[in-house]
Amino acid sequence: MRKTGFILATLAGLLMAGTAYAQTKVKIGVMNDRSGLYSDITGEGSVVAAQLAVEDFGADKGITVEIVSADHQNKPDIGSNIARQWYDTEEVDAIADVPTSSVALAINDITREKNKVFLNSGAATSDLTGAKCSPNTIHWTYDTWQLAHGTGGAMVAAGGKTWFFLTADYAFGHALERDTAAVVKAAGGEVVGSVKTPFPGTDFSSFLLQAQSSGAQVIGLANAGGDTINSIKQASEFGITQGGQAIAGLLVFANDVHALGLDVAQGLVLTETFYWDLNDDTRKWSARFEEKTGKKPSMVQAGVYGAVLHYLKAVEAAGTKDAQAVVAKMKEMPTDDVLFGKGQVRIDGRKIHDAYLFRVKKPDQSKGEWDLYETVATIPADKAFRPLNEGGCELVK
Amino acid sequence: MATDSEMIDVVQVDRPGAIGMPMLHKAIFIGLLLLGLVAPFMLYPIFLMKVMCFALFACAFNLLLGFGGLLSFGHAAYFGSASYISAYTAKAWGFTPELAILCGTGAAAILGLAIGSLAIRRQGIYFAMVTLAFAQMVFFFSLQAPFTGGEDGIQSVPRGYLLGLISMAPDRNLYYFVLGVVFVGLLVIYRIIHSPFGQVLKGIRDNEARMVSLGYRTSRYKLAVFVLSAALAGLAGATKAIVFQLASLTDVYWTMSGEVVLMTLLGGMGTVFGPILGAAVIVTMQNYLATFGDWVTIGQGIIFVVAVMLFREGIVGVIARIIRRPL
Repeated sequence: MRKTGFILATLAGLLMAGTAYAQTKVKIGVMNDRSGLYSDITGEGSVVAAQLAVEDFGADKGITVEIVSADHQNKPDIGSNIARQWYDTEEVDAIADVPTSSVALAINDITREKNKVFLNSGAATSDLTGAKCSPNTIHWTYDTWQLAHGTGGAMVAAGGKTWFFLTADYAFGHALERDTAAVVKAAGGEVVGSVKTPFPGTDFSSFLLQAQSSGAQVIGLANAGGDTINSIKQASEFGITQGGQAIAGLLVFANDVHALGLDVAQGLVLTETFYWDLNDDTRKWSARFEEKTGKKPSMVQAGVYGAVLHYLKAVEAAGTKDAQAVVAKMKEMPTDDVLFGKGQVRIDGRKIHDAYLFRVKKPDQSKGEWDLYETVATIPADKAFRPLNEGGCELVK
Repeated sequence: MATDSEMIDVVQVDRPGAIGMPMLHKAIFIGLLLLGLVAPFMLYPIFLMKVMCFALFACAFNLLLGFGGLLSFGHAAYFGSASYISAYTAKAWGFTPELAILCGTGAAAILGLAIGSLAIRRQGIYFAMVTLAFAQMVFFFSLQAPFTGGEDGIQSVPRGYLLGLISMAPDRNLYYFVLGVVFVGLLVIYRIIHSPFGQVLKGIRDNEARMVSLGYRTSRYKLAVFVLSAALAGLAGATKAIVFQLASLTDVYWTMSGEVVLMTLLGGMGTVFGPILGAAVIVTMQNYLATFGDWVTIGQGIIFVVAVMLFREGIVGVIARIIRRPL
């Protein structure tokens, strides 16, 4: 009897001690492509970026953070299955990264339905902060509007007046061409022609020859992933950039350029919102990242870092992990991190920061393996993203 | 008709243990149903629904390959187009889930009739290539058509109300509805296999020339089984669209056609229960190993190689050989 009493008392004591030291536990799921096309720009690197964010946030704030990860294989059904399972049975509070627009849109819906937080970095679709915007979603790094306007607008300003488009023949390609062409025309440029290429494609030679003979100053690649890589490779075989035409990639990342090599990619013009070699802070952080992964970070991985760090700061400031309160706090607090500098999250969930128009260096200009870009123009944050009232987001009144 | 019944007599006399077999099958079916009824209390319902949809898909495919002897390499076309039709009718026209699923199934049957009537004119590898070619056309159509949403697919499909009455939003309600649909689908397949029609099919599979000489119009039988298989694959795809509230290009892509071949072969081609097990194994791997990234696909590859090298009859095929009973 006495023994039982003692045990019960001990248990009660333990329980009380447990509550006294109770910490907020936050679980973040990094979901991305870990085996396919985008595994290089997202993948394990994004998980490392999230861990670095947790490290930099600090362990002394009374918040313990656990990071889990999964591969959505770029399939919306697999992604939505994982997301539901994470939210329903594994107590995940927020999902980060998620490249591939179709998967991101699916998870956008599920996150809203389950009232959790979606910190997107990897997906391109501007619908996430437009027609499909949600009070539970933050879109951090880039989007199609920003890419089209960055590359289209800045190229015309830099003297590329006439354009020819190589467009992947499906909805995404059409939309990218339409948006970019509109920007080119608005900036005083001219579209001299375009050709639709079968998707997914491997042989772009006849289309590239058409583009070459069109005499356009800029050849715009309104495609993504493997199509972009193949068309850039084949363009280099035809010596298109050496012939004086510029190639503008609308969806190309530093890691793609690194994989292609400067020989092939030289002269390519593209827009990104982050590059490891921008300033001392980005160089320092990228060195830490490289130590763990052996690669320089892509802008998507940088975005995961920024988004997770800002999310944790908001959890601390709000004193709760309730999704609505935290997202409201994220929008209210100005953002500040070493990679994207000072910025803000708009009411529609769009994170605002500077964007850069880069040109890929010639091999003899490059000082190292990762010395890939020269900056052509900086697009200030307020010009880089779609104006708040044009997205058609219901949260904007 | 006379030939029909004679044929069955012969088959039944030839089959050893014909009396004990249905009992065993009945027991397995009841076991599966009981398992299905209690499973959502132990495992995650959405995962189970996914397993069931793929089990039905694999069984529908097995009907064509295992019993009709026709290797279609384009079954994603029926699975995927049904999921698009079901998602579209549920979302844009506000159809109730059972009506949306019926529309999807019907569409898959019509598509199966159109493609099948052309494909069955060829045999073997040519048949496989024709079905693959048509499936790629369906993929291209799904990519381009305005209503499919291109690579984004049809998203946030409402689960709706069953018969306009019962909300399908709670996972458990939807689960039992899906269990019902899939179970009926499986029983239909079982009935087809063990009907006189099914016996003729097996005859055609084993020796088409002999069946022709016996007076059967084999092309009609082949077309019929093709349409049935397409419709049942469509039933699975249409149900999946309602479960995941999503229809996407994944469902019509050729890798989906390959995955169903893998499920069927792994579980046991030409067995009744093999494809169910095969689908469960593959879906479980995809689901629980998702954390390991690219190891999933490598694991699938290794399993496939092992299956082909060591037990070509598939898991259930091996069990059936050991217990000397057809499963």
